[in-house]
Amino acid sequence: MLRVDVTKHLGEFTLSASFTSEGRVTGLFGASGAGKTSLINMIAGLLKPDRGIISLDGETLDDTEARVHVPPYRRRIGYVFQDARLFPHLDVRQNLDYGRRMNRLPDDPAQRKRVTDLLDIGHLMDRRPGKLSGGERQRVALGRALLSKPRLLLLDEPLGSLDEGRKVEILPYLIRLRDEGIPMVYVSHDAAELRQLATQIVMLRRGEVTAFGGVKVLTGGSK
Amino acid sequence: MFEISPTEWTAILLSLRVAIVATLVATPLGIALAWLLARRDFWGKSVLDALVHLPLVLPPVVTGYLLLLTFGRRGLVGAWLADHLGIVFAFRWTGAALACGVMAFPLLVRPIRLSIEAVDRRLEQAAGTLGAAPWQVFLTVTLPLALPGVLAGMVLGFAKAIGEFGATITFVSNIPGETQTISSAIYSLIQTPEGDLAAARLVIISIVLAMSALVASEWFARRATKRLHGN
Repeated sequence: MLRVDVTKHLGEFTLSASFTSEGRVTGLFGASGAGKTSLINMIAGLLKPDRGIISLDGETLDDTEARVHVPPYRRRIGYVFQDARLFPHLDVRQNLDYGRRMNRLPDDPAQRKRVTDLLDIGHLMDRRPGKLSGGERQRVALGRALLSKPRLLLLDEPLGSLDEGRKVEILPYLIRLRDEGIPMVYVSHDAAELRQLATQIVMLRRGEVTAFGGVKVLTGGSK
Repeated sequence: MFEISPTEWTAILLSLRVAIVATLVATPLGIALAWLLARRDFWGKSVLDALVHLPLVLPPVVTGYLLLLTFGRRGLVGAWLADHLGIVFAFRWTGAALACGVMAFPLLVRPIRLSIEAVDRRLEQAAGTLGAAPWQVFLTVTLPLALPGVLAGMVLGFAKAIGEFGATITFVSNIPGETQTISSAIYSLIQTPEGDLAAARLVIISIVLAMSALVASEWFARRATKRLHGN
């Protein structure tokens, strides 16, 4: 269970969001500038809230009153960025293995095979990120986050930088992933995408939660 | 003309030893400082930055004199080091290495700092979300991506150290076999009648050394750009 109740001032803009999600895939929906990325950056621990609480499965990650701020590397929350952010000096194999090495997890060939099969990236292992297409890069980023064995996976418009053809290429992998049962927070401004993926929707508008509930809140079609 | 005499050889080898030791000791310090200046904000940062660059703008004789006052046998730090650790800088080759290291430091730090600044912080963030603690992020992401800049800084610092004259001669004098580097040997030779030919040989050798260092530094800089673009 993810509980978020935070306020953050960012220049002129104030983000103030409060919700509790038990959904397997929580969709954060809103136009660009609504505060979606700032919100998941706070869940990841990359941004500190000015006030409030973030907790995951009963563990407090942020509590401004108690001066608690767990740094990102101790949260075990995976993050797939819109721009992939693969390490350019490492090949695909080393990128995928990075989280396991940093968390000193034992080698798990079965899990690695499952993830590489799920994402069809087995043939890319020896390539550098510079030699991958946008869709391949995003799939590797997804695999890299999964293999660090996170408790929660954050996805920030993972299809945002891709053209239509590539989107259709990645979406089935995301649906497979959801059906594997890894809890996710999925940020998007695309209602159609969220209708296919999300089980719960948090709608953001100019820094505030305007609606919360099942996928049907999207049918209001507000953008 | 190219018969190098034993005294000249001694000066060349001493210069190499002094410059290599100076570079190797200065590099870890330089990396730490470059990282602080590139990635941290703290009180007194601009003062520290100015202090690092001071040897670049100060007359070398002043730097040498300050080293003598501080690290000389009766200097504040020098006396303590000699009494407690048995390390003596005054009129020893180690003192020449210290002077060269200090003079080379700003040139060594600058490329390292620039290459650390050029490392995409979003990659460091990504490493954090994958479970890497800050020191792990530094060792596995920042430093490897900045490595060509580190090597360039080392080469440039080495080139400066091998040619250093003013601070060295002020601090540790010009003792053949102990503190007489190529530069001080040239200085002695051009003041000696009939020393011209020997001086010319050392001049050519120092030009070759400096040129190779600059070419190597350029090559590392080009590799840095390539590496950051992920090829």
